[in-house]
Amino acid sequence: MMVEGHYYYPGCTMKEKGSDYEKSAMKVMEQLGEPLVEMEDWYCCGAVQSLSEDDIMHQIAPIRTLLMAQEAGEDEVVTLCDMCYNVLKQASERMKEKEDDLETMNEFLDEDPDYEGGVEIYHLFHILKEKKGEIEENVEEPLEDLVVAPYYGCMLLRPDHVAIDNTEDPEIMESFLKLLGVELIENEKRTECCGSYHTVNRSDIVEKRVEDIVGYAAREGADMIVLSCPLCHFNLDYHQRATEFEIPVLYITELMALAFGLDIEMEHHSIDPTSLLEEKGIKE
Amino acid sequence: MMKIKKLMRDIELLEKVEELSEQSPNACIQCGTCSAGCPFVDEMDVLPERIFKYIVLDEVEKVLENNTMWICAACYTCSVRCPRDIDIARIMEGVRQIILRADIDNVDVDEVDNIEELPQLAVVGCFRKETG
Ligand code: SF4
Ligand code: SF4
Repeated sequence: MMVEGHYYYPGCTMKEKGSDYEKSAMKVMEQLGEPLVEMEDWYCCGAVQSLSEDDIMHQIAPIRTLLMAQEAGEDEVVTLCDMCYNVLKQASERMKEKEDDLETMNEFLDEDPDYEGGVEIYHLFHILKEKKGEIEENVEEPLEDLVVAPYYGCMLLRPDHVAIDNTEDPEIMESFLKLLGVELIENEKRTECCGSYHTVNRSDIVEKRVEDIVGYAAREGADMIVLSCPLCHFNLDYHQRATEFEIPVLYITELMALAFGLDIEMEHHSIDPTSLLEEKGIKE
Repeated sequence: MMKIKKLMRDIELLEKVEELSEQSPNACIQCGTCSAGCPFVDEMDVLPERIFKYIVLDEVEKVLENNTMWICAACYTCSVRCPRDIDIARIMEGVRQIILRADIDNVDVDEVDNIEELPQLAVVGCFRKETG
């Protein structure tokens, strides 16, 4: 590695609607001695993977990003956003598996140096997995009075060749949350889709998903939902207004920062978590 | 309307779907696992496995003139569960692409009234999946 820390690809959402995730993750990773160092330059990954055989065009943006890492002498790139992880990972795997596609890609990239196919994509969870001892040590006061519903959604678990854990029965997020001292519900809905980009023009569909997912968490007694995807966050948080529920939705790094006693801003939350956090003695 | 009629007249559906998706709807045994686990199935005009059957039978209208491929959000739940290892999300993408490439979009940017409220990746994702 060239940089002192992890070469970090933010993606567009982290700079605006998902900034609470980025800011809290930066603080948490600094505290754990694994700082994230943002890439000097990057392109929007496209948010969703192009699944057509002949569509090399839409692989260009993710591969350009990998190429920038390669040229900076980095062989690993880390994302926070689950969707960026999925897109970059699928694109990088495709270039490894299909030599023809890599060749076509390099023809498209014309003026740029060739992409050699060697950059590996990781998600925040891959790093946290190696830091469980440090996470535990950094907890100031275990969050014992808090009941959490872990939620994964799709993009960390499917398709299976990019999955970071068991696709049907993941436990990686739970393993981090346990270190914070929280109580967990068995969340049967944790791998179900939140409605994804339908939030743009079919919010009715998303509202039904939110009713189902949040309703389950509420009935099981969860105080909050914890996740790591800015689109899941928006959907489960914002669209609760169409339901009878009002359960705060936090990024896992927000909860981790709070457990570490770090000061964080929470700006992009439709359901303000402050009163819950105060009630539980987590935040004054 | 004209565009879709022309598309339906000209398309070699099964061949095109197979080419775009690198998956074969022919391999489907109609077990229904995909529909059973799809979180959006209640919104779909036609169940996913029926779509595959219609593709094989060259029932072009039944495949292209319904909402199923637009409702599919490429969540891959079916893809990881299909006992025949069919990557169903890719077939849905193939059907979407056939329509989008005939210059027929499913979403109009002017009709999205709360664009500044939405997270960027939702907007980018939606336009990538639903416009050509
Ligand atoms: S799960 Fe696979 S085999 Fe079963 S109906 Fe769906 S596509 Fe066909
Ligand atoms: S990929 Fe599409 S068809 Fe399959 S389960 Fe998800 S939404 Fe349903």
